[in-house]
Amino acid sequence: MATKASRSAARLMISPAVILLLGWMIVPLAMTLYFSFLRYNLLMPGMEEWTGLTNYRFFLTDPAFFDAIWNTLLLVGGVLLITVTGGILLALLLDQPIWGQGVVRILVIAPFFVMPTVSALVWKNMFMNPVNGIFAHIAKALGLQPYDFLSQAPLASIIWIVSWQWLPFATLILLTALQSLDSEQLEAAEMDGAPPLKRFWFIVLPHLARAITVVILIQTIFLLSVFAEILVTTNGGPGTASTNLTYLIYVQSLLQFDVGGGSAGGVVAIVLANIVAIFLMRMIGKNLDA
Amino acid sequence: MGRITLDKVTKRFGEVEVIPPLDLTIEDGEFVVFVGPSGCGKSTLLRLIAGLEDVSGGQIRIDGTDATAVPPAKRGLAMVFQSYALYPHMSVRKNIAFPLRMAGLSQAEQDRKVEAAAEVLNLTPYLDRRPGQLSGGQRQRVAIGRAIVREPAAFLFDEPLSNLDAALRVGMRLEISELHNRLKTTMVYVTHDQVEAMTMADKIVVLQAGRVEQVGSPLELYRAPRNRFVAGFIGSPRMNFIEGAEAAAHGAHAIGIRPEHIAVSTTEGAWRGRVGVSEHLGSDTFFHVTGTGLADAITVRAGGEVDLHHGDAVFLTPEADKIHRFDREGARIA
Ligand SMILES: Nc1ncnc2c1ncn2[C@@H]1O[C@H](COP(=O)(O)OP(=O)(O)OP(=O)(O)O)[C@@H](O)[C@H]1O
Ligand SMILES: [Mg+2]
Repeated sequence: MATKASRSAARLMISPAVILLLGWMIVPLAMTLYFSFLRYNLLMPGMEEWTGLTNYRFFLTDPAFFDAIWNTLLLVGGVLLITVTGGILLALLLDQPIWGQGVVRILVIAPFFVMPTVSALVWKNMFMNPVNGIFAHIAKALGLQPYDFLSQAPLASIIWIVSWQWLPFATLILLTALQSLDSEQLEAAEMDGAPPLKRFWFIVLPHLARAITVVILIQTIFLLSVFAEILVTTNGGPGTASTNLTYLIYVQSLLQFDVGGGSAGGVVAIVLANIVAIFLMRMIGKNLDA
Repeated sequence: MGRITLDKVTKRFGEVEVIPPLDLTIEDGEFVVFVGPSGCGKSTLLRLIAGLEDVSGGQIRIDGTDATAVPPAKRGLAMVFQSYALYPHMSVRKNIAFPLRMAGLSQAEQDRKVEAAAEVLNLTPYLDRRPGQLSGGQRQRVAIGRAIVREPAAFLFDEPLSNLDAALRVGMRLEISELHNRLKTTMVYVTHDQVEAMTMADKIVVLQAGRVEQVGSPLELYRAPRNRFVAGFIGSPRMNFIEGAEAAAHGAHAIGIRPEHIAVSTTEGAWRGRVGVSEHLGSDTFFHVTGTGLADAITVRAGGEVDLHHGDAVFLTPEADKIHRFDREGARIA
């Protein structure tokens, strides 16, 4: 994209895609905005009326809203932390020549192919269940009191389940990045007197910076809207202990039949997501340049 | 100080013996060049000396002490890689300072040494650039800079010039030779380019399939190659080999004569043939003479302005005292 001509040609070429995507996005966005200014309750069909900012006032002053924001941030941050560090460690391990490498790699990637609902149900019923779960059995075998993960530490449990799903993605991206590292660079560092940990810190980690950025950006987009895992495990509870913004909007519009309030929540979520996005791009987006 | 001794050093990759037991001594301050065809084990040998590969047998001594099990960083050697292996996310300054930083030198000390090295290598204007913003020759110099700041006992170069264009290669060749003259540090240099070997080396080690074929100064190898392989490898264009009756007349299985040791005449001479392809280089002309009945083609060197054309009949006369004789196994007959 060096010359003026090639730049404008590029703009022309991508315009159909951009226009299509924009249209696809604009229509639902406009409808959500419109609903958010209406008093629109599914129990009272045909009674829609203009209410101005009332929906927003109710949504933003709801104590559940602040819990939900806090939970959303914890969820996103926690999962990112676990998947990025875990992904780096797993990638380093998988990069070693080991016996049965192919099979091990497929096993590591497998969780990514399990649907979120299914994996959450498996975790809920087969692992974390205080009566039948494997952890409960282990605790009992050791003579300990079984721990009821989903009611004692609901958010932490959900963070764990979601991390389990996303770890393969992070591992895969980081592994390919790791494999593109020129081994002569590591050898040069070795000759320059850098021990393994310093080689990791000064050579490997900077090389992975771009891949880590990609992992963080992509995962953040998906993690802001985690829903199925909460629905099938804790239903956002106890109380609002594991309610994130997406789940709160669902509760508002479909459990309380308040489409107007839900839409207002949706708009707030869009604004917040954009704030997070700008923040992220400022912080780590420069890694993607050049 | 940098005297490197290899004692029965062996390297196997699985079942394949890449380097059969090999003895070699590199004296302190020497410029030693390893040459040989591709895949003969030059890089492997260098990496064994560096410690990047473990030996399968034998001993490596540096300045008399056994270094076989010493990790690369502790051997006091610096290596320049073919791909330069610069750290792409660090500036030139940080690249050069990296070994000093790892050694725990103070910031002031690092700066002083980096600037001194940059001065020597004409890198001062580029210190704050990234390697990606440098030309091939500049990257090469950064890699050398990173090696010299450590003040190593010996430098190891693995085909450092093979990524450069011909003009730059000649320039860098001189720079490295000058560096050697100034630092007087041992240098081990791998190449498959015999011109580099001839022009730079104090001592050339010719390798074939992991074996040392001959060790000696460039002129020793040129004048008295120990076997047909060395004779054919050193010298450009390569030596002509003649077998059969003509060789038998000299009491050998094969004789070799370099293109520059054959006189060309249009009127008289020992061998008669026809001019095939001719290569005019300006200063010299190389003729491929065919139809002599001795070998497929005999290459001869003549002056730059010789007026001979394709198909002309010529007579060739070898200089009698420059004929090399080889026996059936390819070894030189004295
Ligand atoms: N890690 C390895 N595993 C197995 N075989 C290897 C390995 N490294 C090198 N070899 C083999 O050892 C031989 C010598 O390789 P080496 O790289 O030393 O050649 P070289 O002389 O440097 O060649 P070139 O001039 O092409 O660089 C080759 O036949 C190569 O296939
Ligand atoms: Mg090599």
